[in-house]
Amino acid sequence: MTLLSLEGVSKRFGGVQAVNEVSFRVPRGSIKALIGPNGAGKTTLFNIIFGVFPADSGAVTFEGVPVQGLHPFQIAARGMARTFQHIRLFPKMSALENVMVGRHIHTRAGFIAGMLSLPFSRKEERAAREKCLDIMEFLGIGDLAGADATSLAYGQQRIVELGRALACEPRLLLLDEPAAGLNMRETADMAKLISRIRERGITVLLVEHDMSLVMSISDEIIVLSYGQKIADDRPLAIQKNQEVIRVYLGEDNAAD
Amino acid sequence: MTSRSLSVLAFAGVIVTIQLVTKATGSEYHLTQLTMTAYYSLLTIGLCMLVGYAGQISIGHAGFFAIGGYVAAYLTTHDFSAQSGSVPLSLLSALGVLVKRPDLYGGDLLTFHPWAAFVTALALTIIVAYLVGGPVLKLKGHYLAMATLGFGIIVYRIVLGTTALGAADGITNVPGFAVVPGIEVSGKTSLRVVNYYTAWGIVAVSMVLLMNLQHSRVGRALASIHGAEDAADAMGIPTASYKLKIFVLSAVFASVAGILLTHYNAGIGPSEASVMKSVRYVAIVAIGGMANLWGVLCMSLLLNYLSLRGYLGSFDDAVFGAILILIMLFAPEGFLRRQIIGDIKGFLSRRSGEREAS
Repeated sequence: MTLLSLEGVSKRFGGVQAVNEVSFRVPRGSIKALIGPNGAGKTTLFNIIFGVFPADSGAVTFEGVPVQGLHPFQIAARGMARTFQHIRLFPKMSALENVMVGRHIHTRAGFIAGMLSLPFSRKEERAAREKCLDIMEFLGIGDLAGADATSLAYGQQRIVELGRALACEPRLLLLDEPAAGLNMRETADMAKLISRIRERGITVLLVEHDMSLVMSISDEIIVLSYGQKIADDRPLAIQKNQEVIRVYLGEDNAAD
Repeated sequence: MTSRSLSVLAFAGVIVTIQLVTKATGSEYHLTQLTMTAYYSLLTIGLCMLVGYAGQISIGHAGFFAIGGYVAAYLTTHDFSAQSGSVPLSLLSALGVLVKRPDLYGGDLLTFHPWAAFVTALALTIIVAYLVGGPVLKLKGHYLAMATLGFGIIVYRIVLGTTALGAADGITNVPGFAVVPGIEVSGKTSLRVVNYYTAWGIVAVSMVLLMNLQHSRVGRALASIHGAEDAADAMGIPTASYKLKIFVLSAVFASVAGILLTHYNAGIGPSEASVMKSVRYVAIVAIGGMANLWGVLCMSLLLNYLSLRGYLGSFDDAVFGAILILIMLFAPEGFLRRQIIGDIKGFLSRRSGEREAS
């Protein structure tokens, strides 16, 4: 069953066709990866899905409902969450507070309730705190709850950002280069985490450069080159795909 | 007991101590400036939430202070007797909005009840804040600073150029405001102590409300907008709407401050709307530590009091300008932050470490 589908999505920036007529489907419960050389249009595609900017043409459908034209905060409320290629944690807030921002769409207290500290808002606050501590425990960063988020080690910041996205309880999680800047051990840990997140029933769409991560956890891989989709297949088939090898390694290697 | 209630208790202790000291030393006249300081502080803690916490600069909040003060002053001093026969006026009279009170010369004035003027002034502030905030909050950084500065200048020129608002003289003879029976906001010497406690009581309640807000879902959303607006957006926070709401809330604080201080001073003049006042408020928020409500309150108490007592002399505005320059140069994130204590400790231990090494 399809959770997210793109039909003929195109986006042009000035003279550059960043994304050209891209279509694909993300089946519910799967881990799907989006790979391609630098400038292939992966992050652009992510930003289109999340409503950061609109596509020039084409359709994005989430859970059977068209979502193009919505703002990111509306997309989040529909059940998608994301992380960023360059970590975007909130400074001067603890790791727990960062994760608790992810509970925003599942809580209600507004300005008046917050100022008066009404019983329902205090109750909601306690529930959010417990839920987020659970999530941090699940991710193995429970002991970092009180730490200042932006002074944590880089790898830990990536996991806090992941926790913040999970706190949204998304049905689709978009990860933009979750292993960027991580060492081999941290990358392997990240791969395990992503698999465990999928086991919780969350569908994952990720952009990644690290082939070991992509090949080990993905059910399906889409390869983009210069804004075009050149392959969409299972990892083993992608590894044998002549077009993909040509794009990644150059003409000569493909001929061998 | 939570740290929040402890800090409020400590604050109440300071306020009571100051009053007792002035009583013991026979210098109760200080309470007048301290009461005025309380109302200015109401504005600065509201501005602290907007500038320090949500990260949206405004150099136009004296404008909202003036809107509150001038509307309250006009409605409680303008004599509506001439129009008393008209339909809208009789309707207002029937609602109890208009009241008769004796004027200085023994005649009768038909003016707005202070509570009716209060509500009207606040409603107008909220409307103006929505109309101004909606478009200008799409701007960031210097552009937002300039746009809010422009708003402040417009309000200043309007109050200065409108004869009905007293032009350069402002509005005088504003009556006291009996907030509840027994508590009248007015400058009468006999009510000095009551007014001192009323004003600081309002500040204390406001501090509690704003601290609660900081530690709530909305507070986290505001801080996240300050920290990384795109990430806040991706977490489902409607950033434009939150920025507008905190802008309106801070305008309400400024307006309430303007209304109450106008009743206390029995008048208001155009200098209250001037750009230098807005700069002063931003300087106080900066030296208070930007997002540090208690720091801003302490600095507001100290600096407003010194200024009102005339200790800053004719360099009054220059002092606040200098504060702003120094803060931007040496502590752009604000002076009284928690981190500053750590910085000082770090500096001292580094110094002593160097000494041991040498």
